[in-house]
Amino acid sequence: MRLSRPARGLLAAITAVVLALIYLPLLVVFVNSFSTSKNLTWPPPGFTLEWWAKAFQSEGALEAVLTSLQVALAATAVALVLGTLISLGLQRFEFFGRDAISLLVILPIALPGIVTGIALNNAFRTGLDVQLSILTLIIAHATFCIVTVFNNVIARLRRLGTSLEDASSDLGAGIWTTFRLVTFPQLRSALFAGGLLAFALSFDEIIVTTFTAGSSVKTLPLWILDNLFRPNQAPVVNVIAVVLVLVSIIPIYFAQRIAGAEKVVR
Amino acid sequence: MTVDASAPPRRAVVPQPRGTIARQGSVFLSRHSRLRLSLLLSAPLFWLGLVYIAALAALLITALWTVDSFTGQISQTWTVDNIVAVLTGSLYQTVTLRTVGVALLVTIIDIVIALPIAFYMAKVASPRAQRLLVIAILMPLWASYLVKAYAWRSVLSQGGIFEWMMSPFGGHSPGYGLPATIITLSYLWLPYVILPIYAGLERVPDSLLEASADLGGGTWSTLRLVVLPMIWPAIIAGSIFSFSLSLGDYITVNIVGGANQMLGNLVYTNVGAANNLPLAAAIALIPILIIFAYLAAVRRTGALNNL
Repeated sequence: MRLSRPARGLLAAITAVVLALIYLPLLVVFVNSFSTSKNLTWPPPGFTLEWWAKAFQSEGALEAVLTSLQVALAATAVALVLGTLISLGLQRFEFFGRDAISLLVILPIALPGIVTGIALNNAFRTGLDVQLSILTLIIAHATFCIVTVFNNVIARLRRLGTSLEDASSDLGAGIWTTFRLVTFPQLRSALFAGGLLAFALSFDEIIVTTFTAGSSVKTLPLWILDNLFRPNQAPVVNVIAVVLVLVSIIPIYFAQRIAGAEKVVR
Repeated sequence: MTVDASAPPRRAVVPQPRGTIARQGSVFLSRHSRLRLSLLLSAPLFWLGLVYIAALAALLITALWTVDSFTGQISQTWTVDNIVAVLTGSLYQTVTLRTVGVALLVTIIDIVIALPIAFYMAKVASPRAQRLLVIAILMPLWASYLVKAYAWRSVLSQGGIFEWMMSPFGGHSPGYGLPATIITLSYLWLPYVILPIYAGLERVPDSLLEASADLGGGTWSTLRLVVLPMIWPAIIAGSIFSFSLSLGDYITVNIVGGANQMLGNLVYTNVGAANNLPLAAAIALIPILIIFAYLAAVRRTGALNNL
């Protein structure tokens, strides 16, 4: 199949239009973060830096960002360990019930968040009789983050095959050494990509969070939900969203660079 | 490299592994592969089984209990009343149909939009442009879900940017309602559909496309007979995201959906305001069953390996 020039042009045009549509609401958010209007009328009546100053002084917002960072880091760490273990188990071994286990990993993300949310809420409160806290929140987030790590790592393991590991053990390395020096270095970028997705998933999660966070725990999405409909806070929320998008460029850029570098090597 | 014949032959010195505990453990484990497997799987299965499956099972059991109307406490008397109520209630049927309709439409819209973009990214763009495009698709994921939904509320509002742009052409904003919900949900989940399809297309070797052309296949027949079968699992994988994320959503519909309710709203009000967890659990059975049916239907395509 050789695409004609008009066909390539058409594809490029569609891509450009959709990208423009994707960024239109974000542009609105960006412009509104400077708007003098408190209820986000369009076009903005005037521009001000007031909200940016307020956002960086807002203790609630900064605390919420820190809480979200903690939760997302902890959940990602758990997901990295569990996701790697389970993908090694499923990829390197043949056994009865393998399909059931891979379905089990996918389930927390495939089932709607509200189902996961009330199921865990019910289990924590009535089943186990524990107080909802930041810990229950981390447990809930880690549960649905496992799948992103699992998918990245198992895809990588499938592509790697076992020949290098076999060579390593033929040369006398034990299983720990083989994992440390052979398997793990080859998994690193897959772990980074999966971990990044897990982090993003947890950082932005609101539905499961609503049901599993203790009342004193305010993650960023919960804080945003509280403040979105308050006239004086909505522009501050916009500022935070803009900052998040800008900051997110850094990890995404690195993930892409690692992935790109590996492609060249292969 | 020259070899000095007079030198004694050099013997490779292989250090004898020391019999540390780590070494003994390693030897033992490499001889017992089943033990290795169970050690690998015990922690994650403990987590998923105990935390998740037990919680789901408990929820399903709760659906068979009732709430004491005087005390508001859950009484553990077995009854199928909740399930019968959900199955026969016209409210639940309407909302289920509406929710499934919205989720299907969102999924179809996302796939139709994602296919050309993913194709452009994977097969037409230069490697550099490709990398930039992936970044451009990933970045909006980091703007909070709520902020994006609210931005659409602002875009679609009366006197919002949509009307502002459309008014020269005599267009109107759809206002808040189901169309706005569908637009917003399609927007929110689009990156989740583009990325797996892009990854699927990247795995289609260019040589196959060339072979198809050499054998006389036109663009459309190549797309239909070569590309589509290969990326079908990836498309299904993307659809699982958009479908299931839409199926459980109740926040977007609150923000842009006007007075419309989706299944998520019914569950939410019954957990919160109505304090009727058994009924909420019974309603939650609907999306659970739909998703299970969907996963069972697509399992054979291998989509679950492409998420």
